[in-house]
Amino acid sequence: MTALPTRKLEAWRYTDLRALAAISFSEPAPVAVHATLPDLGIPRIVFVNGAYDKALSTPPVFLSKFATVAEASSLPLAKINAEHARDGITLTVPDGADAGALLLVSCASATAPIAFHPRHRITLGIGAKLTIIEVAMGQGVYWHNPVTDIALHENAGLAHYRLQDEGPESFHLATIRAKIAAGAAYESFSAVIGAKLSRAEFHATLMGPGGKTHLNAAQLLGGHQHGDFTSIVAHDAPNCSSRQTVKSVLDGHARGVFQGRIEVARAAQKTDGYQMNQALLLSDTAEIDIKPELEIFADDVKCSHGATIGALDPEQVFYLRSRGIPEDQARAMLIRAFLTEALEPVTHEAARKMFESAIETWWTRK
Amino acid sequence: MLKIENLSARIAEKEILKGVDLIVPDGEIHAIMGPNGAGKSTLSYVLSGREGYEVTGGSVTYNGQDLLAMEPEQRAAAGVFLAFQYPVELPGVGNANFIRTALNAVRRARGEPELDAVAFLKLARAAIKNLSMPDDMLKRNVNVGFSGGEKKRNEVLQMALLQPGLAILDETDSGLDIDALKIVADGVNALRDQKFSALVITHYQRLLDHIVPDRVHVLAAGRIIRSGGPELALELEAHGYAGLAA
Repeated sequence: MTALPTRKLEAWRYTDLRALAAISFSEPAPVAVHATLPDLGIPRIVFVNGAYDKALSTPPVFLSKFATVAEASSLPLAKINAEHARDGITLTVPDGADAGALLLVSCASATAPIAFHPRHRITLGIGAKLTIIEVAMGQGVYWHNPVTDIALHENAGLAHYRLQDEGPESFHLATIRAKIAAGAAYESFSAVIGAKLSRAEFHATLMGPGGKTHLNAAQLLGGHQHGDFTSIVAHDAPNCSSRQTVKSVLDGHARGVFQGRIEVARAAQKTDGYQMNQALLLSDTAEIDIKPELEIFADDVKCSHGATIGALDPEQVFYLRSRGIPEDQARAMLIRAFLTEALEPVTHEAARKMFESAIETWWTRK
Repeated sequence: MLKIENLSARIAEKEILKGVDLIVPDGEIHAIMGPNGAGKSTLSYVLSGREGYEVTGGSVTYNGQDLLAMEPEQRAAAGVFLAFQYPVELPGVGNANFIRTALNAVRRARGEPELDAVAFLKLARAAIKNLSMPDDMLKRNVNVGFSGGEKKRNEVLQMALLQPGLAILDETDSGLDIDALKIVADGVNALRDQKFSALVITHYQRLLDHIVPDRVHVLAAGRIIRSGGPELALELEAHGYAGLAA
């Protein structure tokens, strides 16, 4: 197996995988699921311990059989994924088709430590449309290491919403790569709530003029959770725009990481790049590490980034309480308000409701 | 009835209130006037329970309840309302959602049924109309991008909907033009009845032309140094505070 990355690698400076490396994982055996799975009234594909579960799924027509591929990149986790991938979705939406919305569930149930490495491939033809709502959940000690490769042809539009609500002893390391052709749009939002340690690493490449992407996220972490959101946006063509609004709410001893790089190639004139990272620290022991990077080779671009770190404003809390709203509810309202901008790309009603309720649940179980 | 007895309070090590005595019977509106730094805002914050103010002596009861022992939200449920001198902006919180949450929290605490979104909107729209406010006031984020006058009117809207028994208006007239001043005054006057009382804190006599007080008190250097009828406000306007303090 390819070695796990260590903190000596710049890309992994803030996320230490030694706790993961110390566990010996085995391949999952087939199990029956007892958890209640999300149901949004749309086609659903369910993976249990990384394997496609036919009985629980209502797959759409454009789903085809899994086939292994070689990994060309040098990304350590993608290489490990390629070495172990056993399953995953392969979706191909034909030119001009509107494929509606699809729910993709990963449910883990581990009695002894298991690892699974799904490889998903999503291709949208010219002008095709699709909404994917992903939910990752589970219980026990497990390592979920998915790689999702996305190809959007001209003027295609993919909305990709992810709810990472994995079990408290789990490791979730996701790699998402999107290649975005001219006029296409990749709109994503990730809610990071679960797992002991997680990382979502996005690679979005704007390959043709007029491409667009949103890579937004909300990380809600407590206890000793570690959540890393890493993004690399490559502007390789002119007139593209990228937007990243990543918000972290950290309580207890939680540690959040945001690494965001925007690369603007010489040819990518009139690039419009925006990156905002904001953290709300609810305790004295929570921590956030933020590393924004801009690498610009074109001379006519608009790129901005900003970062803020703060606590809840006592003036705002008092204002709400003075109107009769109990302190807990006042704080919950302000946290929800803090997350608003990050949720902007979520236009799908059922997805929005799911995230609203996940945020609410996070607050109440805290 | 609001009863303040020998109230002393400080911020950090600074003594601000040095023995305030004041009784506001139900149905009465009292004005508190005084120079800058007299302790007017401190008094309003101590009454509403803001953190950072340490009560070092005395007592405050409202309808017989020990106000100082209550959390800010409990005071609100008991009927105390503070109209802020500087209303706070809440980006990301819709005004309608904010006011409905507040109203339902107060109703819940009082054992009254909560209002659903439809019933609330009906109530809120009527209140907005009564106060001659723009319709979009409910749709915007709380106080975000509001002019000074709009912020104060939003305070009055909240007051109109929460129907407090005791309203404390902390320099609600500051930064208001005459039209906005009238709207604020109308909002307070509309609540006037035998059970409603108010403490109107102001620098100037101007507001008291529109909200005619039953009593006027002068707060200076942390104490009430004089009390009188509405004519006292006129006297202060003509001669200033300098003569009184001496």
